[in-house]
Amino acid sequence: MAETSVFEVPGAMVLLRGDHEAIGEAAAHVAGLPMPETRQITGGAERALAWMSPDEILILAAEGAGPGMARALGEKLTGVHHLALDVSDMRVRLRVTGPYVREVLAKLSPADLAPGALPEGEFRRSRLGQVPAAFWVSGPDSFDVICFRSVAGYLRELLEHSAAAGPVGHF
Amino acid sequence: MSTRLPEGGRLLDRSQPLDFTFDGKRLHGLAGDTLASALLAEGQMLLGRSFKYHRPRGLVASGAEEPNALVGLGEGAFFEPNQRATVTELHDGLTAISQNRWPSLEADVGAVNSLLTRFLPAGFYYKTFLWPRAFWKHVYEPFIRASAGLGRPPKEPDGSTYEHFHAHADLVVIGGGVSGLATALAAAREGRQVLLMEQSAHWGGRAVVDAPEIDGMPAETWVKNAIEELGNAPNVRMRLRCMGAGLYDHGYLLAYERLTDHAPGTPGPRHRLWRIRAAETRLATGALERPLSFAGNDVPGVMLASAMRDYLVNWAISPGDRTVVVTNNDDAYRTALALHTAGLSVPVIVDARPEVTGALPKAARDAGIRVEPGRAIVKVEGGKRVTGVEIGLQRGEGGALERIACEAVAMSGGWSPAVHLWSHSGGKLTWDEAGAMFRPDAARPPLGDKGQPIASVVGAANGHLGTGAALADAGLPLEAREPEEQPLAPVWIMPEGAGPALKRKMFLDYQNDVKVSDVQLAAREGYESVEHAKRYTTLGMATDQGKLSNINGLAVLSGALNAAIPATGTTTFRPPYTPISMGSIAGAARGPLFQPIRQTPIHGWHAAHGAIWEPVGQWRRPYAYLQPGEDRHAAVTREVKAVRQSLGLLDASTLGKIIVKGPDAGRFLDMIYTGKPSTIPVGKCRYGLVCNENGFLIDDGVAARLSEDTWLCHTTTGGAESIHGHMEDWLQCEWWDWQVYTANVTEAWAQVAVVGPKAREVLETLGGMDVSKEALPFMGWAEGELAGIPARIFRISFSGELSYEVAVPAARGLELWETLVEAGAPHGVTPYGTEAMHVLRAEKGYVMIGEETDGTVIPQDLNLGWAISKKKDDYIGKRAQERSHMAGADRWRLVGLEAEDGSTLPEGAYILADGDNANGQRNTQGRVTSTYHSPTFGRGIAMALLHRGPERMGETVEVTNGAGGAIRARVCDTVLYDPQGERLNG
Repeated sequence: MAETSVFEVPGAMVLLRGDHEAIGEAAAHVAGLPMPETRQITGGAERALAWMSPDEILILAAEGAGPGMARALGEKLTGVHHLALDVSDMRVRLRVTGPYVREVLAKLSPADLAPGALPEGEFRRSRLGQVPAAFWVSGPDSFDVICFRSVAGYLRELLEHSAAAGPVGHF
Repeated sequence: MSTRLPEGGRLLDRSQPLDFTFDGKRLHGLAGDTLASALLAEGQMLLGRSFKYHRPRGLVASGAEEPNALVGLGEGAFFEPNQRATVTELHDGLTAISQNRWPSLEADVGAVNSLLTRFLPAGFYYKTFLWPRAFWKHVYEPFIRASAGLGRPPKEPDGSTYEHFHAHADLVVIGGGVSGLATALAAAREGRQVLLMEQSAHWGGRAVVDAPEIDGMPAETWVKNAIEELGNAPNVRMRLRCMGAGLYDHGYLLAYERLTDHAPGTPGPRHRLWRIRAAETRLATGALERPLSFAGNDVPGVMLASAMRDYLVNWAISPGDRTVVVTNNDDAYRTALALHTAGLSVPVIVDARPEVTGALPKAARDAGIRVEPGRAIVKVEGGKRVTGVEIGLQRGEGGALERIACEAVAMSGGWSPAVHLWSHSGGKLTWDEAGAMFRPDAARPPLGDKGQPIASVVGAANGHLGTGAALADAGLPLEAREPEEQPLAPVWIMPEGAGPALKRKMFLDYQNDVKVSDVQLAAREGYESVEHAKRYTTLGMATDQGKLSNINGLAVLSGALNAAIPATGTTTFRPPYTPISMGSIAGAARGPLFQPIRQTPIHGWHAAHGAIWEPVGQWRRPYAYLQPGEDRHAAVTREVKAVRQSLGLLDASTLGKIIVKGPDAGRFLDMIYTGKPSTIPVGKCRYGLVCNENGFLIDDGVAARLSEDTWLCHTTTGGAESIHGHMEDWLQCEWWDWQVYTANVTEAWAQVAVVGPKAREVLETLGGMDVSKEALPFMGWAEGELAGIPARIFRISFSGELSYEVAVPAARGLELWETLVEAGAPHGVTPYGTEAMHVLRAEKGYVMIGEETDGTVIPQDLNLGWAISKKKDDYIGKRAQERSHMAGADRWRLVGLEAEDGSTLPEGAYILADGDNANGQRNTQGRVTSTYHSPTFGRGIAMALLHRGPERMGETVEVTNGAGGAIRARVCDTVLYDPQGERLNG
């Protein structure tokens, strides 16, 4: 059975709430990336901009960049109703890699993980097992997953359990 | 005796013998056998005892509808009761035990019940056990439990693993017979994404046994070609051993895949539960043959005609030298012909129809088999095995014209489409008079969210019993060569005029031991609705779900009520189609993964330092830290004293932290809280209460103003998500035009309470921030770097002592904690848990959400009127609190209680009032909300809600002691420790 691995990806996360029309330019400027469309993520492994909800986006960046980015957003958005916070420690980002990674996730999430339904660039907020999580394609045979910090241990164990049970052979 | 024939058996691999045991007896089978076929090959016809009367029972069917052959499989951690022998694939080393017999299958004591059948009629339990009430618990129930029931529950935790799998499908086809294969082929050729599943281990269904010619080739060849084409299609997924278990609203489909039951020891999960969102489901679930109701139709050796054919063709089983076939249709003649071709004897075919003219009967007659039209089996002779049948007139009352010796009886009462999944999801049925069956009504399908049909039915499941008709219905009109069949004659009781003695032996529901006489009795006693009759008699309950018993039962009921069958209707089929394992429902959620345990950044340190845990929501918080030789009481006492005397540390990371920001944030918080957070100056904190719209207190905590337009609201540990949801609910649904954003940042921060007279001193040693009385007064907060860690320090206290709560980024929480432990060592720093925290706050008279509140308590009950702003026009809960009963003094309100003997009052104890209520229960006037042994005062302390409590200071009341007696206690103030609040400043 081919190996699936689950490991933590360190990095910063900045939460930005606001009307996308009003905050888009500032977010794109600070992140250095185009604003994502609905349910999309732009950027790559190092830095990304993810659509969280109609009034929330998430910036993923290099470790330690959170406070500076939150500050920069605050300055750029002076006078615009928004909320920008460094939440780097609030969530944990895991990377799951392996030949049947989609099935590892589909055992745990009601989201449609078929390649056609969840292609690269899609940012899916759903659940994995009993905890909320978001996930997206982070490379060939690779997904990145974010969850709240307090349940990262649970999720990691759950993903490893799901992978160890082997492929389903469906996707 | 049943035996294995020397030739034949299309599923057998005679080169691979397998060993297995049944009730400890070593037996032999072949690869390809089911447990049922292997047992028959070894002559084991008696497989169990019936549920109620303990009658000997053998195999009736060959598939999922088998009611009798339930066995316990496996051993130890892999034991599982109530498994069907007919769908259990034989493997080497299989161990099976029979059920519902004592002391043994052959000599069963419970069989005495059988002699009492006249005294165990329908509704027996209801009628007998009404009175006297105490007899139920002490006499009837133990007796019934000992003699009834099916398998024994496993004793060990399940040794297997299970999983779920979510799939989204364009088209799911359920059933891998020729109809299902044809449907899948047609859809696949149109380019649709198809998921095809079959519950058994083999494709092809009945056609491969009955062998019509399809598209100019034998059915077996056609099936093989179809599988190959589907297997090569990139848009088709195929699953064997995967059963459509239930179809629900909006096309949600549960499927149950049995991965390793046939090959135990294979790594990986044993079962997989598929949770499928299907745009469309096509049911090709086939049809089930019905038994006929004649006396003794449950004697081992009486089988469905199609099952007997399956055993013969698939597994080369001879049911006995002589088999009598009894039928009301042409299909059963196939069994007679198959037996005859195999060289076995069919002494007679008893056909209830007055005239028999079809192609199959002609073939039987041509083969020299005697056919007797207009006849009935009056009764079957034999106990543990058929020894013969008495034959009479179907129109008659049961007079025997002839006795014929035989070892087996093959019966066929026609076929019922397997409409279960169609019905699960709300599809309706229509009565087909000609076929004497309920079939799906295509005009009334189960509907999806847009009113669109979510399921359709094809083939035999749709009432098209012939191969050609089924293929056409499945969308693949191919030529099928098969004998023309003449219509069946509906036969519900055999013979028609049978008297009570015969009816008491005519079984409708084998599994639940329901007989024709029971259903007729239910009708006589007024159970006219089929649903009532079902419950009164238990017909079609449990795992049967109407598979064998349904149509016969409701036809008998209709007859007794003089109503047409469609007027009587059918009972509701409920999912799952056949039982699925509990393990598959749990999936991965067991052991450490049973549910997520939320852990703070300091969790590992607690675990390494003797923490015993208290679940708070999904968090685990240290209840106390046990040192060697300590019990929990000693640990809590030590922790409380250390905090009061020197220095304690509490991991408060679980406290909810919600950021509220925006031009309207102040106005918003003035509505959320009973107080006025809008007037908190930047740099300050204030305690606040949150109520729901009914006025009841739902949360409390300290709010800090971070900047002109930003507040940080602390909630209780359990309230973080719910209060955040409460805020968003009001923002999104009611005040959608207010400019406010919220964020639940609970997990971004680790928070440590540094508590006790030495708290300031230890923070000063850490350095970096001015924590003096002047720079950081009580209810102030400051931001900076403490010991090199970015920190916010809040001067708040939940203990009555000098106290700082230090919040740092979660990733540095452990570092802060360890720094404090080291720096506090000279002061005997003591980590303390939730219990010490509770004692400390109770000594100080601080209330706790969930202890002093229970969803019916308003702030005024807790004497918290001071935290309610009188200057505001409105806040959530204000109007509710102004209702007369809420605003009046006539309520249970918070006081302290002190037991006269100094003891600790029982948790949740009631305060007694005079007299009894209308139910003869003692009147009460209040209850204890918090109660602890106080190490500080050396006695029990308590808070309680008491009728008009604050007006009754000094009074003595009686509190229940949990053992029928009462404890005398004095009403006192809630604040016992440092009432002047001098210690808060250190």
